[in-house]
Amino acid sequence: MASPQQQQTIRENVTVTAETSTARVPGAKCKLTARNINFYYGAFQALHGISLDVPTHRITAFIGPSGCGKSTFLRTMNRMNEALRNTRVEGELHLDEADIFSMDVTDVRRRVGMVFQKSNPFPKSIFDNVAYGLRVNGISRKSVVEEAVERSLEHAALWTEVKDKLHKPASALSGGQQQRLCIARALAVEPEVLLLDEPCSALDPIATRKIEELLFQLKEMTTIVIVTHNMQQAARLADFTGFFLLGKLIEIDDTRKIFQNPGKRETEDYVTGRFG
Amino acid sequence: MTMEISPVRKVVNSAMLSLSGICTLLVIGVLFFILGYLFVHGLRSLNLDFFTKLPKPSGETGGGMANAIVGSGKILMVATSIGVPIGFLAGIFLAEYSGKTFAFVIRYIVDLLNGVPSIVIGIVAYALVVRPMRHFSALAGGVALGIMMIPIAVRTTEEFLRSVSNSMREGAMALGATKAQTIFTVVVPAAMSGLISGMMLNLARVAGETAPLLFTALGNMFWSKGWLQPIATLPVMIYNYAIAPEEDLHQQAWAAGFVLLMLVLVVNITARTIIARGPASARR
Repeated sequence: MASPQQQQTIRENVTVTAETSTARVPGAKCKLTARNINFYYGAFQALHGISLDVPTHRITAFIGPSGCGKSTFLRTMNRMNEALRNTRVEGELHLDEADIFSMDVTDVRRRVGMVFQKSNPFPKSIFDNVAYGLRVNGISRKSVVEEAVERSLEHAALWTEVKDKLHKPASALSGGQQQRLCIARALAVEPEVLLLDEPCSALDPIATRKIEELLFQLKEMTTIVIVTHNMQQAARLADFTGFFLLGKLIEIDDTRKIFQNPGKRETEDYVTGRFG
Repeated sequence: MTMEISPVRKVVNSAMLSLSGICTLLVIGVLFFILGYLFVHGLRSLNLDFFTKLPKPSGETGGGMANAIVGSGKILMVATSIGVPIGFLAGIFLAEYSGKTFAFVIRYIVDLLNGVPSIVIGIVAYALVVRPMRHFSALAGGVALGIMMIPIAVRTTEEFLRSVSNSMREGAMALGATKAQTIFTVVVPAAMSGLISGMMLNLARVAGETAPLLFTALGNMFWSKGWLQPIATLPVMIYNYAIAPEEDLHQQAWAAGFVLLMLVLVVNITARTIIARGPASARR
């Protein structure tokens, strides 16, 4: 335990960081709040005091060069990094009022869904892929599952393409369809937040555009956080954009401001293509 | 500058090539010699009686090995129900739960167990089952073969589970699945074809074991009821008939050898076909 004095210092630090790098959203509620997150792979510190707010029903994008910690931070938000050995996280992370680090981990992951860089459908049928999240969470009534599968596939703009082959293996779908299937699978458990880790990096421009249109619609239902290598994608999609560099959050603000009038020199260099 | 290649080096080179080529031919030749020899002798002695009749008493000719065929089946059933679950669950622990160092130690021990001579495992089964029950039995033979199946079952399970892409595990856990749910509903199904064929190869490997059965299942010349009596098996029958003086029994031993070999070959080829055709996801 930290001494009262240390805690005082920590609190002061938090306030300072929060003031300098937290997106202020007038009137908007925040779904996720991170305060002073540090993350270590063994002795290597991958994240340095990240503090930010993720506003509800908005798309927040993280950009930055490879290895800057944006994916690591994303994976901290649903405690996915816990599966890795020899890692450690510090700081505070809240989903609404609830402390993510002290919640039941399966509960966190049900409420904070995730879509990965490489589509990873299970070797099961299309239907069983979407139903998986419901079933492991104890929902098995056939009518309920069927309805949720149809609804999720519709939300993922995949229903018309697959409704006649629900019991075909998911591996028969194209790359873009597989990624939308993974989104449908994540939506089936009705997550409050959807995390996407470079979801389009393996897709062609047409499939990418479909997913972007989809995410734009999905923000009505859920809160979206997306990590992307593609700056245009962030500029097109996101309401807010955060720029990561060397494990630090350099700044996070309105997407327009980040791309047109960034507050920090490093951000400007990156978004104008002078490095990275 | 050009360098002269000395004639000695050329000769050594071609000598090595032909030597290794000859040895390769020898390897293939041994298999085909065994297959051919068994085929000729075994097929000649094989008839319907072999599969349907009991062995005749000493001195008479004819009869078959129906009891030994059923006996081998029963013993392999016991062996599978002991070796497969234990090996499978230990393999899951090794692949999914244990830390690096611990896994290394377990793997080492499992490999040592795999190297224990089968006759020693027979003695262990004798001490564990036969002595306390004061009976040679199908159960004892099954225990001996079951122990022999464990190491391969562990290593096959571990290997096929590890070949399942980590993105599958992450995908399941990201949906709120617990670790156990992830393993049993995603990882194991993804590895299923590999696991099944691995276990089949494992079974084929112990099906021909003789030594551990000699003083556990013992063998007899008639139908044995249940699991607690001595029971005949194909390998032990081959052993007994081959060392007997009568020519008729030698012929029957050839037939039994042929049947056993065919069973093992069929299982082997089926298992390897399943592995080769397995779902791409399991190998990705």
